[in-house]
Amino acid sequence: MTLQSELRNETPSKLSVRNVSKRFRSGARVTQALGDVSLDVGEGEFVCLVGPSGCGKSTLLNIIAGFEEADSGTVLTDGQPITGPGRDRMVMFQEPALFPWLDVLDNVLFGLKLKPGLTPAERLEVARFYLQLVGLEKFAKAYIHELSGGMKQRVTLARALAPNPRVLLMDEPFAALDALSREQLYGDLQRIWAERRKTIVFVTHNVREAACLGDRVLLFSPNPGRIREQFTVDLPRPRDINSVSLATHATEIMRALKSHDATAAQEVAE
Amino acid sequence: MKRSLGAILFFVVAVAAWEAACRARLWSPVLVPSPDSVAQYLWASLLDGTLLSAAAVTMKRLLLGYAFGIALGLPLGLLTARFKLLNDTLGLIALGLQTLPSVCWVPLALLWFGQTESAMFFVVVMGTLWSVIIATDNGVRNVPPIFSRAARTMGSKGLHTWLHVMLPASLPFVVSGMKQGWAFAWRSLMAAEIYVTILSGFGLGHLLHYGRELNAMEQVIAIMLVIIGIGLLADKVLFSPWERYLHRRWGTARN
Repeated sequence: MTLQSELRNETPSKLSVRNVSKRFRSGARVTQALGDVSLDVGEGEFVCLVGPSGCGKSTLLNIIAGFEEADSGTVLTDGQPITGPGRDRMVMFQEPALFPWLDVLDNVLFGLKLKPGLTPAERLEVARFYLQLVGLEKFAKAYIHELSGGMKQRVTLARALAPNPRVLLMDEPFAALDALSREQLYGDLQRIWAERRKTIVFVTHNVREAACLGDRVLLFSPNPGRIREQFTVDLPRPRDINSVSLATHATEIMRALKSHDATAAQEVAE
Repeated sequence: MKRSLGAILFFVVAVAAWEAACRARLWSPVLVPSPDSVAQYLWASLLDGTLLSAAAVTMKRLLLGYAFGIALGLPLGLLTARFKLLNDTLGLIALGLQTLPSVCWVPLALLWFGQTESAMFFVVVMGTLWSVIIATDNGVRNVPPIFSRAARTMGSKGLHTWLHVMLPASLPFVVSGMKQGWAFAWRSLMAAEIYVTILSGFGLGHLLHYGRELNAMEQVIAIMLVIIGIGLLADKVLFSPWERYLHRRWGTARN
């Protein structure tokens, strides 16, 4: 494998989720986290999963990531069923999950060292390439605790991108950040997504964030977790979270979310 | 610089006050020897080699047993954290034995091994082992689960995850466990050396013991000072660099 081929964009994957259900048991209570969910994500598509907490959106992400197994149904990447976590599908969590005993560069190198076929010098070059992509090449030797929350998530993004995955799974990665860092990261993520062509599944409870980032926004509702409605956001990119047209889309999604919530409350009452 | 100057001044004044009190005959010199006589003993025993050879014997016993205790305790701690059955069995034993003051191993060691180096080795290992097991186990349990998840998506599994994620992530706990193990081992070795004579080598504990037998208070005080010095040195040389490293990396330093 050469450096050029390593840095070349991988073809993003096509994801298909087929009739996936998942139940959690805690004591005598059984929660239907996912009830018969099916969904397709196209190659290089950016899909946002939105819904109230407990609607199963994170569970679905964990199943796609291979951390959890579905009770029934299958998840396919390019037609192949998922058997466990793999570096073709990298995950970004709400907490940075960076390793404090390694500096920034070594954190990015962690996944690269596990990828066969690269010389140490090539790995270093790849890691530096991605640090530059997220704008942190000056912080290669910094310790993790010296970084701000936003910088930490940038390093996490670089670390997730470094092994050149075909799918990026993001579980509320910006939820714990301040508004300013978040807005910067919206811009960066859109730029990087355009440059590196990944299929992205992005979980959030922030409707506006979903409208800003997603080609499509899927609305989840709980008990059992399922997809209630989907919205296509066809605004030009890069999108500005504060733009009026985006707000219009977000309002529409928010209205749908509230109406489902009201129906759900009514169902429970009956 | 100013700080160390202050510290030096403090000790100079303290020793001078001690010397002055002795010269003023405030106490019987049999009970409280003067710093001068303590220094004289130290100098003489340094010149005739008794002090260095005793220190060497003690340090060799300590380091051998300590290294072995860590080499055994680290993997066992990882195992008790990993396997439920081992945690329910070995983990419980470790917890129980850690509460046992390690001096209590001395009678058993003497009956098993006689007055030999093996008995000393055994006592030191017992002092070290249980703290290290418990600290390692505890450290691994405190590793955020998100670390191993992140590692798994990057293709790490099995032994690689344990060596490259779980072990370094639990280092803060492991190091404090090693420090505690060191303290236990050091105390139990001193007790053992005072308690029994091992013919294959006279350690610092023996010198302390003979100081009492000979009613030589300056020897008792001098050896106590040496033992304190070794303890301080171990802390500064063995553990401080680790702790500084951890503070720097984890960002827990005060300044």
